[in-house]
Amino acid sequence: MMKRSPLVLGNKTLKDVTDDICAPVERFPSKGWVGMFLGAKTLLLFYIAILASVVGVGIGLLGVNSPVFWGTMIVTFVFWIGIGHAGTLISAVLFLFRQKWRTSVARTAEAMTVFAVMTAGLFPLLHTGRPWLDYWLFPYPNQRGPLWVNFRSPLLWDVFAVSTYATVSMVFWYIGLVPDFATIKDRAKNKLRRTVYGALSLGWRGTAKNWSHYEMVYLILAGLSTPLVLSVHTIVSFDFAVSNLPGWHTTIFPPYFVAGAIFSGFAMVVTLMTLVRIGFPEFKNYVTLDHMEVMNKIIMTTGMLVGYAYASEFFIAWYSGNQYERFVFVNRAFGPYGWSYWVMVSCNVLIPQLFWFKSMRRSIPVMFVVSIFVNIGMWFERFVITVTSLHRDFLPSSWGMYAWSWFDTGVLVGSFGMFLTLFLLYLRLFPAVSIAEVKPVLHVGYDEKGGHH
Amino acid sequence: MANNYTKGIAGIWEEEHLILKAARKTREAGFTKFEAISAYPVHGMEEACGIKRSWIPYVTFTAGCVGLLAGLALTYWTSAVDWAVNVGGKPFFSLPAFIPIMFELTILFAALCSVGALFYACKIPRIDPPSIDPDLSSHKFAIFIPHNDIGYDETKIERMFKELGATEVKKTEY
Repeated sequence: MMKRSPLVLGNKTLKDVTDDICAPVERFPSKGWVGMFLGAKTLLLFYIAILASVVGVGIGLLGVNSPVFWGTMIVTFVFWIGIGHAGTLISAVLFLFRQKWRTSVARTAEAMTVFAVMTAGLFPLLHTGRPWLDYWLFPYPNQRGPLWVNFRSPLLWDVFAVSTYATVSMVFWYIGLVPDFATIKDRAKNKLRRTVYGALSLGWRGTAKNWSHYEMVYLILAGLSTPLVLSVHTIVSFDFAVSNLPGWHTTIFPPYFVAGAIFSGFAMVVTLMTLVRIGFPEFKNYVTLDHMEVMNKIIMTTGMLVGYAYASEFFIAWYSGNQYERFVFVNRAFGPYGWSYWVMVSCNVLIPQLFWFKSMRRSIPVMFVVSIFVNIGMWFERFVITVTSLHRDFLPSSWGMYAWSWFDTGVLVGSFGMFLTLFLLYLRLFPAVSIAEVKPVLHVGYDEKGGHH
Repeated sequence: MANNYTKGIAGIWEEEHLILKAARKTREAGFTKFEAISAYPVHGMEEACGIKRSWIPYVTFTAGCVGLLAGLALTYWTSAVDWAVNVGGKPFFSLPAFIPIMFELTILFAALCSVGALFYACKIPRIDPPSIDPDLSSHKFAIFIPHNDIGYDETKIERMFKELGATEVKKTEY
C-alpha cells in the first residue's frame, strides 16, 4: 500500500484545531499584519483616486485609442477573473475528486476567488466609459420602448457568466463558513463578537440532520460550480474567439483560457499561502509543504498546457494558410510588442520547469518567486492576446501602437490594493482554514498509535 | 421565539466513536426525535441516527430545469418576439447563441434554490438558538432527547447516557 503523508501535522486534537484556526481571528493583530494592511489600504486609496479620475475625466486618460480599443481594463479583467479560478477548482473540482488535501487551502482559495472576481468585475463596468449607465447591461423591463439587450453578443454572455460566477462562488464560500462562524460565536468572550458571529452563523446548530442536508448541498454546489468555472473562462474567451480578428479567431481559446486561468490562479494561491504561512506560523501544520508541493505540480502541468496552446496557435496559423493569421503570429513574436511575447513565454513556460526538481517544488522561497513570475507572465499573456492582435490587423494603413499612460499603470497596480485589502481583512475576520472540514481528515496519514505510517 | 424550543435532556461525549455508539443505542432504545450534535459531519452518523437521504437534490433538479426554461423563455421572447432586431443577419431565434445564457441561469437557479432549501431544512437563519454547551462547536459531541419523545424518562435516559460514557448529562432546552 502507498504511504500517505499526514494532511495535518503535529498530532492535533480536535480542540487544538479549533484553537489554532481561531487564534488569528481572536488575538490582537500583529505588527506585520498592520503594516501590510496599511500598505494595501494606501494602494486602495490610490486606486480609488485613479478610478475617480478615469470616471470623472473620461476613458481617454488610459491608453486606449484607435486601433487598440481594448486595453488595460480588459487585459486586467481577464487576468483577475483567471486568478479566481483556482479557488473554485480547489474547492469544487478537488472536492468531487475526493482530494482530501484540499481542505486546508480551500477556504483561503475561495476567498481569493471572491475577491478576485470583485476586483475583476469593476473593469468591464468602467471600461464602458459611462459606468453610471452600466445597468443597461442587464435585461430588465424599461421605459425606453421594448429595448432589450442583445443576447447574441458574447459580451452579454459575459455579463451572465461573471455575475453567476460571482454569486455562486460567494454562496459556496459562505455556506462553507457557516459552521465555523458558529464555532467562533461559541468561543466569543464579549457580546459584540457573539452578536456579529452569531448573526453570520445564522443560528447554525450542527445536528446530524443539519449536517446531512449540509453535506448534500455542499456536494451539489461543488457539482454546479465545476461546469460553471469551466464555462466562465470559456465564455470570457468567446469575447475574443467569436470575432473575426486574426489572432483571436481561434478554436483553442476556450480550453487554453481555462488552463491559463487555473495556472495563474494556483500561482496566486501559492503566493498568498507562502505569505499566510509566514504571517500565521500556526497554519504551517495545516498548510504543509506537501500541500504546497501538490499545487506546484499543478502549476507545472498547467504551465505546460498553456505552452502547448502557444505552440498550437503558431502551428495552426501556419497550417491555415491564411496570410493575415500568419502575419499576426509572426508579428506577435517578432513585431514591436515581441518583448511582451517573450516575457510571457519565459514566465509561463520556461520558469515553471524548475518544478521538475523536488527540491525546487518544496522550497518556499523558490515557489514564491516562481509564483510571482507566473502571475506576471499570465498578465502578459492577456496583454499579448489583446494588444498584439488589435494593433496590427488587416490593413497596414490602420496600424498603430497602444499609448500606455501612467493611468494604466495606476489601474493595474491599484487593483492589487483592492484585492490585498479585502484579503487581509478576511485573514483577520474569518477562519482561514475550514475548521469543520479539517477535523474529519485529522487522522489521515497517522496509524492507530498516532505515529506516521 | 423562546417557546419554539423544547425542553429535554442532553448527554455530552468527548470522543467520536462513543457518540456514534451512543446515537445507535439511543435509536435502538426507541427514541425517534433525538438530535446528535457535532462540530463536523461525523462519518456514519446518518446510519446510526437512521437519517434518510436528503431531499434537497430534487429541489436542485427542478430549479435547474426551471432556470433552463427561464433562460430559453427570456432570450426567445426578448430577441424574437418583443424586440426582434436583425443583428448581422442572424436568425431572431438564434438558439446556439442563447445556450450560454440558458446554461448560466440553470446553474444560478439550481444553486440558489438548493441553498434556500438548506435554509428551510435546517430552519435557519434563526436568532441565537439555545446552546447546550459552547464546546459542541469545537471538540465535544452531544445527544439531545426532547421531553415529548416516546418513552421519555429522565432517570432512565440519564443512566443510559452515563453507561454509554457521557462525561456530562444536563437538563436543558434545545
